[in-house]
Amino acid sequence: MATKASDTTSGPVIELAEPLLLDSGRTLAGVRVAYETYGSLNADKSNAIVICHALTGDQHVASPHPITGKPGWWIRMVGPGKPIDTDRFFVICANVIGSCMGSSGPASEAEDGRPYGMRFPVITIRDMVRAQVALIDALGIAKLHAVVGGSMGGMQALSWAANFGDRLNAALVIASTARHSAQNIAFHEVGRQAIMADPAWHGGDYYSKDVADPRKTGPESGLAVARMAAHITYLSEQGLTEKFGRRLQDRDAKTFGFDADFQVESYLRHQGLSFTDRFDANSYLYITRAMDYFDLAEEHGGKLADAFAGTKARFCLVSFDTDWLYPTGESRTIAHALNAAGLPVSFVELSAPFGHDSFLLDVPELDRVVAGFLQ
Amino acid sequence: MTPAIPGALRPDLAVIADHVEPGARVLDIGCGDGELLAALTAKGCDARGLELDAANVAACVGRGLSVMQGDADTDLAYYPDKSVDYAILSQTLQTTRRPDLVIENLLRIAPRGFVSFPNFAHWRVRTSLLLGGRMPVTKLIPVAWYETPNIHHLTIADFRDLLAARGIRAERAWFFTNGRASHQVMANLTAEHAVFLVSRD
Repeated sequence: MATKASDTTSGPVIELAEPLLLDSGRTLAGVRVAYETYGSLNADKSNAIVICHALTGDQHVASPHPITGKPGWWIRMVGPGKPIDTDRFFVICANVIGSCMGSSGPASEAEDGRPYGMRFPVITIRDMVRAQVALIDALGIAKLHAVVGGSMGGMQALSWAANFGDRLNAALVIASTARHSAQNIAFHEVGRQAIMADPAWHGGDYYSKDVADPRKTGPESGLAVARMAAHITYLSEQGLTEKFGRRLQDRDAKTFGFDADFQVESYLRHQGLSFTDRFDANSYLYITRAMDYFDLAEEHGGKLADAFAGTKARFCLVSFDTDWLYPTGESRTIAHALNAAGLPVSFVELSAPFGHDSFLLDVPELDRVVAGFLQ
Repeated sequence: MTPAIPGALRPDLAVIADHVEPGARVLDIGCGDGELLAALTAKGCDARGLELDAANVAACVGRGLSVMQGDADTDLAYYPDKSVDYAILSQTLQTTRRPDLVIENLLRIAPRGFVSFPNFAHWRVRTSLLLGGRMPVTKLIPVAWYETPNIHHLTIADFRDLLAARGIRAERAWFFTNGRASHQVMANLTAEHAVFLVSRD
């Protein structure tokens, strides 16, 4: 149930004292930011690392997800003795605004006491970062040791450096991009249309608690299709072929029908359906929009190098050779811009078979790069 | 090419490290696993690297160095003019497609550059080719012709000619044989390896 996710707040939440002024020109009052922390802040508050999550991620980096019960999404990277070592660092991860895991989003209550739905303002990556800056202000942290993120998290890390460059010493950007390409936007539009074409979407107004109201279940079929399409972009062709090939699902022959004959179909259907248990369809619309609007150079007069004029941070960019969603060229473009800006930058394309999702999976060289860069 | 004493810099790298003053900004092009960068960083330089091999880059970043994965032939163009004090090409020149353009880029990015390379006119190489009639495989040129990364072999005399043709000054030169400093006289015959400090007048 989509509405279940939006009600879930398992950890600390702060309500921002000031309204957020958004890129759209609108303001958002009473913004709530749900977050998790790991490790402890040292006396001079110099060991804090903000981790930014990806599109459908959340603040539960290294602690179990409150709905699915699954382990945190980056436990292989974050924890005691891990590359992002919580014995040394105070790790903060906030749910992005627009999402549905406790931070303000379309499922949150508006001032009239009813869920926002599509009345929620369109937000940007920079707006997400503004909420995170307000969070570290509230935690009394002047300067972060680093901001770290993969995919959309990497966009946020870049936006931190470009817009709040004096608040961080380093930015680690993994499998990300400085702007969404036409192909990126196109895939997202497929997902959004799948959601909005589902009759259960009801113009985004599906949060009713009344059992008799048809507007009590969200566009779960549409959201599942959106997730299926997106999921393909997170994997490599080689990975899909190795994992599934043309193998059939629990049967010896094709059925000459439209059941999930192939294992890959069954897998995608499962991915789509299980996603609807933990994610709000409207949040999916808002966050994909924020990603599509992201163009760091455009925000700073059209030249990417100029985006980094206000920071002295160190940067590290990592791409993966099988990632066709944000291919290596995107990271290299950012690295060249940082070079032109005279900033210390490391960049490496790692070899990994898992496509875009490599940043979440077992790539030992990534561990070494992350640990070394953050030391 | 491994250092004789563990932890000690290769002699050509040691010469370079000794002649870069603390605090200087340095770009090491073809920095390998970061041996020289680490030494320069330790003496207070702002040292960054460019390296083609991903495993080497990961090793460098893993030890806290700033290194870009990239190709000297194509990626130097992205470095601004005079953005560092020294650019270093250590054992890299002979692996590039256009060594002349790489040298030009070197002296665009930095007012001074260190260039080190194996000398193809060393007597052992000459005799090997003369008597054996085959492309030499020696200590400094250890890989057979079909798999060597060295696609533009050169001699000390060739390098001096290139500098003269391009109006580049050789401020100093150091020569090495058997891992030790060797004579300036007849270096093109007796040196296995050369390091030049170059600048443009």
